[in-house]
Amino acid sequence: MSGDGAAGDLLAVEGLVAGYGAAPVLHAVDLRVPAGAIVAVVGANGAGKTTLLRALSGLLRPTAGRILLDGEELRGTPVEQLVRRGMAHVPEGRGVIGELTVEENLRLGGLWRRDRADADRAREEVYELFEPLARRRRHLGHQLSGGERQMLALGRALVARPRLLLLDEPSLGLAPRVVAQTMALLRQLRDRTGLAVLLVEQNVRSALTVADQGVVMSLGRVVTTAPAARLRDDADLRHAYLGF
Amino acid sequence: MSATRVAAPAASRTAPEGPAGRWQVPTLVRHLGIAVAAALALVAVSYGLEPFRNFQLATVAAYLCATAGLTVLTGLNGQLSLGHGALMAVGAYTVALSQDAFAERGVTAGGTLVVSLLAAVLVTVAVGAVVGAAAARLRGPYLAGVTLAVAVVAPALTVTFAGVFNGEQGLAVPVAPPPEALGVYFPYERWQLWVAGSATLLCLVLLGNLVRSRYGRTFRAVRDDEVAARLAGIHVARTQVLAFVVSAAGAGLGGALLAVLAQSVSPGAFSLTLSLFLLMAVVIGGLGRLAGALWGAALLVALPDLTHTLTDLLTLSPAAAQRLEGNLPLAIFGITLIVVMIAAPGGVQGLLSRAVATLRARLPGRRS
Amino acid sequence: MDRFVFLTLDGLSRGAVYAAFALALVLIWRAARIVNFAQGAMAVAAAYAAYSVSAATGSYWLGFAAALATGLLLGAVVDVAVMRFVDHRSPLNPVIVALGLVLLIQAVLGMVYGNEFRPAQTPFSRTAFTIGGVAALSPYDVFVFAAVGVVGAALAWIFTRTAVGLRMRAAAFAPDVSRLLGVNVGGMLTLGWALASGVGALAAMLVIPTELGLHPHAMDLVFVSAFTAAVVGGLDSPPGAIVGGLGVGLLLSHVSGFAGSDLVPLAVLVLLLAVLLVRPGGLFAPVTARRV
Repeated sequence: MSGDGAAGDLLAVEGLVAGYGAAPVLHAVDLRVPAGAIVAVVGANGAGKTTLLRALSGLLRPTAGRILLDGEELRGTPVEQLVRRGMAHVPEGRGVIGELTVEENLRLGGLWRRDRADADRAREEVYELFEPLARRRRHLGHQLSGGERQMLALGRALVARPRLLLLDEPSLGLAPRVVAQTMALLRQLRDRTGLAVLLVEQNVRSALTVADQGVVMSLGRVVTTAPAARLRDDADLRHAYLGF
Repeated sequence: MSATRVAAPAASRTAPEGPAGRWQVPTLVRHLGIAVAAALALVAVSYGLEPFRNFQLATVAAYLCATAGLTVLTGLNGQLSLGHGALMAVGAYTVALSQDAFAERGVTAGGTLVVSLLAAVLVTVAVGAVVGAAAARLRGPYLAGVTLAVAVVAPALTVTFAGVFNGEQGLAVPVAPPPEALGVYFPYERWQLWVAGSATLLCLVLLGNLVRSRYGRTFRAVRDDEVAARLAGIHVARTQVLAFVVSAAGAGLGGALLAVLAQSVSPGAFSLTLSLFLLMAVVIGGLGRLAGALWGAALLVALPDLTHTLTDLLTLSPAAAQRLEGNLPLAIFGITLIVVMIAAPGGVQGLLSRAVATLRARLPGRRS
Repeated sequence: MDRFVFLTLDGLSRGAVYAAFALALVLIWRAARIVNFAQGAMAVAAAYAAYSVSAATGSYWLGFAAALATGLLLGAVVDVAVMRFVDHRSPLNPVIVALGLVLLIQAVLGMVYGNEFRPAQTPFSRTAFTIGGVAALSPYDVFVFAAVGVVGAALAWIFTRTAVGLRMRAAAFAPDVSRLLGVNVGGMLTLGWALASGVGALAAMLVIPTELGLHPHAMDLVFVSAFTAAVVGGLDSPPGAIVGGLGVGLLLSHVSGFAGSDLVPLAVLVLLLAVLLVRPGGLFAPVTARRV
């Protein structure tokens, strides 16, 4: 699964090194996300998963390596431009802006688009997809429950009609039922629109149920990359890398 | 190490042990030593300089009391005060009123000046305690805003209570001539320098001791992490007030000395701009380093002097010259504040320390 | 009773100016988490621009427009050229830099124009109407209310109903998240500074003719009063700034009327201390914490 296939990959990360201050957190990370695939990055706390996403979206400046989105170098692109290139990042904690309403949060996701009509259409599609959001359009972000915020954060990212979705710990703080729904939704979106997803999770089981590929990270390095099914079913692999 | 300690208990009992068991000079003795050396140097210099330079040096000394106090408050303790110009005014007006009272009663003994200076310090300390108590609960921009209000309002009080303070015209400060013991032809400016210098050195010794003491550490602790300090048992509000009071003492003494040097006091000399000047002096010196306060005080006197020379060189109409001379120092001070805070928040002293550290690291054999 | 009415109306007129200036301070506080101590000096600079343009063209309104333009421009320049480079991690740094700007701006104004008081024009009469024998507002007061009202309404509309306003709010509330959503956070911050400075310039144009005249320190006490107003209302609250401004204006007007104008600065200080000691969050302190 690794090595070649660069031509068909939506996202290709090569030798990425990044960190805060003197010591790097990521050491030469290699990663590929084929178009229309769901890739799950799993690992313990401190493995560098969140740092990886922050480096990809430019919130953190990498010190070495390449990030190619559809063959084009992404390093050095200002953070604001990412969404225009088709990459949406839902950060850790979901990033719902509590002081703004649901409607405003969603509008914000599409403000950069020149095609206003399509942006409005995308917003309506999100309301159709997430019925509770439609009901609570005028409510402020901080009045929503955890599950509703999840929907809002996802919906806000989808309004931009991204090709690649970066999700940082979507299951954090959510009930198992809601987590299952979220994962099913990701699969649905992938099947319907060909959306590629790079998913970072501590909850390994739920991540592997929906993913095509699994990437295991530990202490800032990629330890192994394998099809999710193999990681799930091969007991030895699971014990060795995932601890259960 | 233990053998050394056991072998000479009697001899080392009075001398405090530093790290590794070496005998360390007590802080007070060290500071007094430096002060005495500085005093001797000052006396020697005062005989070599022309009168105007002696006067300028005396002015630097006066400002140094205030900048040193403000360094303790803002640098060490982290409280930003924009009102210390007003505290200097308190000291200045107190010394004016005190000297006036002495003169009216015909008391001309030499000690009157000392009494007046002491009164100035005490009154300013009292005012500082009040302001400090009010400010103790405030942080950041709120504290800055309140002290700014004090600085803007204080000059207006001289007009409100014009009966005592004589409004915009201000008061004259009668000062006795140098004592006869020094000789009939003893230059007045040299005497001024001796008076200001000795007061300042005393002030610096006391502040220096405070900075190195437990109180100094408490100030820093509260600045760096208030919650942690509280958890460690430090009474934060008391610490804040103490820092304020100490800095007020410095400002009061400085203001009083300025009034004695100028032999007059008026609200115009103690406007908001003075408070900002003091802040700039402290920032340039490097927030928190007492040695840095000297740079700032020197700059406060040197820059207007340089500007004056500059405007003399350029041939300008009197009106234009006055505009330039009055405002160019302010402009330079302003630019300096901006540039220093952006480029070198540690100030001059910080730059020097860093330079020294970089040099040391580059020495062969020191690379780790 | 007549006196009371007059003082109240006069207080509201002053209060409207403080409200506008306080609004400018709140704008920058919400956007950048700093109190712009240079706001007064920047506003005075704009007023001097108006003075020059009016003197050159003979028109008050051209000067007025020049003041607003200068305010907008100066705000943008200060953010891009100075504030952008300040390390915001220490809360003291931006304050000290702003104070440096105060020194610099006032010094430059002094060098160019001199420190004397210059007369400032008013476009309308300052003589009060009399309604039923009671001295009420003057045409100038009505102008002040109208100007502040229009600007306040315009700002409210911009922030709540336009895309730009949404971007500005998002950039202020959650800068990193907003960047991920394609918002040019740096640009929005600069825009916020420009708007705030423009409002400050308006306040200066409205208040300086009612004072002793135009000089580099003309806005010092106004800044302190408006800061007090912003603190009273709560630094995070635009409606609070307006209420605070009107309140401070009323208080100072009555103090001036009944106890003499000498006591006004002292009254401001006492009010500020009282508010900060009793309710540091301001009267309108919002309950929700800010997320990043």
